[in-house]
Amino acid sequence: MIEGLVETVQGRLYVPYRNWLGKTASLFFRELRDRGRLMATRCRKCERVYMPPRSICPECFMEMDQWVELPATGTLLTYTVVHYSYSDYHQPRKAPYALGIVRLDGADTGLCHLLGEVDFGKLRVGMRVEAVLKEERKGNILDIAYFRPLREGSESTNSSDSLSPEPRAGDSRRG
Amino acid sequence: MARRTAIVGVGQTYHKARRPDVNIGELCAEAAKACLEDADLMIRDVDAFVLGNMELFEGRYCQDMWQADFVGAFGKPGIRVTTGGTTGATLACVAFEYVASGVYDTVMALGFEKQSEGDTRAGLKTVSDPLWIRWLTTGAIGYFSRQARYYMRETGAPEHMGSLVRMRLAEHAKRNPHAHLRLEIKNIEEAMKAPYLIPPLRQTDMCPTSEGACAIVVTCEERVPKMARRPVWVKDWVTVHKEAMYIRGGKHSVEDLTMAASRLFRRNGITKPREQISVAEIYAPSTWAELEWLEAYGFCEKGQAWRLEEKGHFYWNREFPVNPSGGVVCTNPIGATGLIRVAECALQLRGDAGEHQIWREPTLGFATAWGGSGWTVAVLLSAQKE
Ligand SMILES: [Zn+2]
Repeated sequence: MIEGLVETVQGRLYVPYRNWLGKTASLFFRELRDRGRLMATRCRKCERVYMPPRSICPECFMEMDQWVELPATGTLLTYTVVHYSYSDYHQPRKAPYALGIVRLDGADTGLCHLLGEVDFGKLRVGMRVEAVLKEERKGNILDIAYFRPLREGSESTNSSDSLSPEPRAGDSRRG
Repeated sequence: MARRTAIVGVGQTYHKARRPDVNIGELCAEAAKACLEDADLMIRDVDAFVLGNMELFEGRYCQDMWQADFVGAFGKPGIRVTTGGTTGATLACVAFEYVASGVYDTVMALGFEKQSEGDTRAGLKTVSDPLWIRWLTTGAIGYFSRQARYYMRETGAPEHMGSLVRMRLAEHAKRNPHAHLRLEIKNIEEAMKAPYLIPPLRQTDMCPTSEGACAIVVTCEERVPKMARRPVWVKDWVTVHKEAMYIRGGKHSVEDLTMAASRLFRRNGITKPREQISVAEIYAPSTWAELEWLEAYGFCEKGQAWRLEEKGHFYWNREFPVNPSGGVVCTNPIGATGLIRVAECALQLRGDAGEHQIWREPTLGFATAWGGSGWTVAVLLSAQKE
């Protein structure tokens, strides 16, 4: 009844933002952009390796100044397949697409990213994947194009981590 | 030593998808007036205000300035609280702390949301870190779909359990005149016809976007006898924060909920929560979350909640009433939602909940809020002064 009698005022806010990366993330994105390397930070106290890297260990509240280079290979911890497109702005690409959290070999934590070159029906928790980098890189997280399944026999010698989806260190001492 | 603290008044609006007949200040005024009426107080009796809602949702800066102007807070001390999904419960906690510490005697906490006025999804998107994950995050549905799958896999719960929870909540909401969504669901077959958002999550499994406001008045023991209503005593409260980025390896985890409840229960000698607590108003944004979180809080063993749900255990007139108000899945004006949990719990302990009043003589009530990336607030209320 009253709805016919009331009005709205329309508006749109333009809210640009520019977030500084800080020294730690700057080093990560510079290495990724210029040399295609994936750099993680390591806590001297609990020895956890953080990917994405961060400057302070949230468990120990310790500053982390140790850097380790990680291979592009890792293990898929979890994934989802998006079948529904509803927004060009809010979604990273047209559906269908798959997202996953990947624990790079040598890391204790997961990195969230797109999954590509994959039959969605064949996605499995624990499957081996590798990062595919873009040719032209700009210094942001999309310099990694996506993660794709690691092909049989292409396990490189430096990915010495086990195939188990369980993190190496850390989680066991929680709870 | 903290002072004894009581809730002596609660008030809320009728929650709806849109309230075009009022602006934000007017909406808040409705809750403030209802609350003062319930407490039999005048606005001059309130010493301080705690006001809040979600950041960014209505596209307005300094929202509390506009609230204060309409709820009688002009010229009085107060603070704004905006802690995401937990905002409403944090409002209550700050009011408890104001009074318990002796800073103020009588405090009003008031939260609101008016979601049709802005872009909730855009607001939610800004929760995520712009360096790492903002480009791919879209809101809450993905998280709760994943949570539902996880619960099904871990406990063997069949897919119709979400709909069964919704049938209970719909029944409760029908009995609560303030509830927003008041669905008539005849049977489980009908419930299962609801479209998927992201499987196994159906539209009826997820909370709506609501508009509404809620307020409570909190006061100290010395001021209670002058007031008309039966006071509800604030026994204890706890807040737990959690990591923001799933850095521990992307595993699904409810440890923040467990931590909050176990701290609260340990401090208050609660060893058999389902027996010692009469009613739970828990902030669960989806039906599946409600099942999992009842277990996380320690009310049920792992995998037991859905089996008890099948037996109808959690209805308002059954063994352990959960969300007799209809819960968050039926009503979600976000900045008020956590405060509604506290207010509804207080009504139950007073015996004033009307048609959704629980069957048993209430002693203790448990209210929670959840938000951000796993923040939890839990509040324990008591019908008796102890
Ligand atoms: Zn550490």
